[in-house]
Amino acid sequence: MAKTYDAGVKEYRETYWMPDYTPKDTDILACFKVTPQDGVPREEVAAAVAAESSTGTWTTVWTDLLTDLDYYKGRAYAIEDVPGDDTCFYAFIAYPIDLFEEGSVVNVMTSLVGNVFGFKALRALRLEDVRFPLAYVMTCNGPPQGIQVERDMLNKYGRPLLGCTIKPKLGLSAKNYGRACYEGLRGGLDFTKDDENVNSQPFMRWRHRFDFVMEAIQKAEAETGERKGHYLNVTAPTADEMMRRAEYAKEIGAPIIMHDYITGGWAANTQLAQWCQENGMLLHIHRAMHAVLDRNPHHGIHFRVLTKILRLSGGDHLHSGTVVGKLEGDRDATLGWIDIMRDSYVKEDRSRGIFFDQDWGAMPGVFPVASGGIHVWHMPALVNIFGDDSVLQFGGGTLGHPWGNAAGAAANRVAVEACVEARNMGRELEKEGKDILTTAAKSSPELAAAMETWKEIKFEFDTVDKLDVSHK
Amino acid sequence: MQDYESSLSDSSSRKFETFSYLPAFSADQIRKQIEYIVSKGWNPGIEHTEPENANGHYWYMWKLPMFGETDVDVILKEVEACHAAHPDNHVRLLGFDNFAQSAGASMVIYRGKTV
Repeated sequence: MAKTYDAGVKEYRETYWMPDYTPKDTDILACFKVTPQDGVPREEVAAAVAAESSTGTWTTVWTDLLTDLDYYKGRAYAIEDVPGDDTCFYAFIAYPIDLFEEGSVVNVMTSLVGNVFGFKALRALRLEDVRFPLAYVMTCNGPPQGIQVERDMLNKYGRPLLGCTIKPKLGLSAKNYGRACYEGLRGGLDFTKDDENVNSQPFMRWRHRFDFVMEAIQKAEAETGERKGHYLNVTAPTADEMMRRAEYAKEIGAPIIMHDYITGGWAANTQLAQWCQENGMLLHIHRAMHAVLDRNPHHGIHFRVLTKILRLSGGDHLHSGTVVGKLEGDRDATLGWIDIMRDSYVKEDRSRGIFFDQDWGAMPGVFPVASGGIHVWHMPALVNIFGDDSVLQFGGGTLGHPWGNAAGAAANRVAVEACVEARNMGRELEKEGKDILTTAAKSSPELAAAMETWKEIKFEFDTVDKLDVSHK
Repeated sequence: MQDYESSLSDSSSRKFETFSYLPAFSADQIRKQIEYIVSKGWNPGIEHTEPENANGHYWYMWKLPMFGETDVDVILKEVEACHAAHPDNHVRLLGFDNFAQSAGASMVIYRGKTV
């Protein structure tokens, strides 16, 4: 029977709280951590989040009756306590797949983290995880090449890849900058990297940088006989300009370019990733601004969601945190989003903060990039935590070597190979790390000097954003 | 302070990927790496090349990959046979991971004279 129009404000829970709903395989599922205002019942708040992130508005409107609202609405289907935190709870919401444009993380996120985040009945809201159904995953382009193809293109097997971010971040001329790249690459690095805020400033315009760096790559390749690259940052004020820089990088033979996917924007990123796929280019992704969104445990977007967005939007490398270096990152949570980057199927695992099974189907994986405050003494732990399918990136830990960055690069290369050899032999890297490195340093004076330089440095601040896994 | 010795004119600057920054492996070290490849369930394969042609993706295959071979001694013997037949060439051992459709391991066991 047809419904009648009844103007006015209804409680959200009448329409959007459906505890008996069984999510469909094709639904997009979201888990929000909700901190309500005092006195508002959980079901009402969860329903409000479902409504405000899908079809709803604050009042009934006559045009609701022109559509099948019961089909299109988001459904709050479960509520759970947050272990160890009484101020908030988890709300699970299911959205029918046709609420979203195919292949558009922009559209999905405009709904899921749109107006709802400013909703007055909430004190805070955090999007903890999203299950993208395989049906939706298949509409997205994903990583331009993926882990296996990158290994084949660059002939790198059976070990993590090594990189170095060129420092100082800002102020070098293009020619001096290219020198720093060349020294790192000839010393044994696979990659050097533009820092995220190196775009095209007056002290070093992008085209000069690209030209000098390309000469550095070519000479280092001829000298070492190995394939190498430099992440040429094409992040630009407009998408057109970004594409111009990408085209030029391809024209001069660069194998890999780079983009900042959050500040540069997801539409631009998806466009660039698709272009990379069509043009045989690798794409390195930096995540500047992520901590603005993901660090507060009660409000924002968890990095595991930002990780899924990038894998769908497209990128071959994504910064993941290091666990051991100078930047924030809980170990188990980091292992969780590393799985999200690389694996084809990720099981729900609350101990790693993963709320849903996630099937990636045939979508290629993304290399996690460990970068920030790491040096050669961290190598055993890094190889153990990240495994082979990773890029380990030492900026200061290469350039800060007392003999310069060719020696710094060689030290890291010897260290990573020694750790891989030891791991393959069945040795426990984090326990025996000192012994493994000390032995390797006997045939590498560069490594011995690096170990001497950095032996005292540690980063032991507590993590601000911890997983909510234990009750008080 | 020490100079980093590497140049276009010095052929010993030429490397050949994983483990080439370490000293050449002893017989025992080689055995351990083969055990690792076997333990991962990967298919061992042997390839070789003249050092001057090491840059390309395709080296010469020594016979076919040894599908399903788990006997370390059998694998070692094949590597030695390839080396005996091509004593001046790089000889590398790969572990083909057919699920990843990629080599899980690749290492030069016998180092030819670099050019």
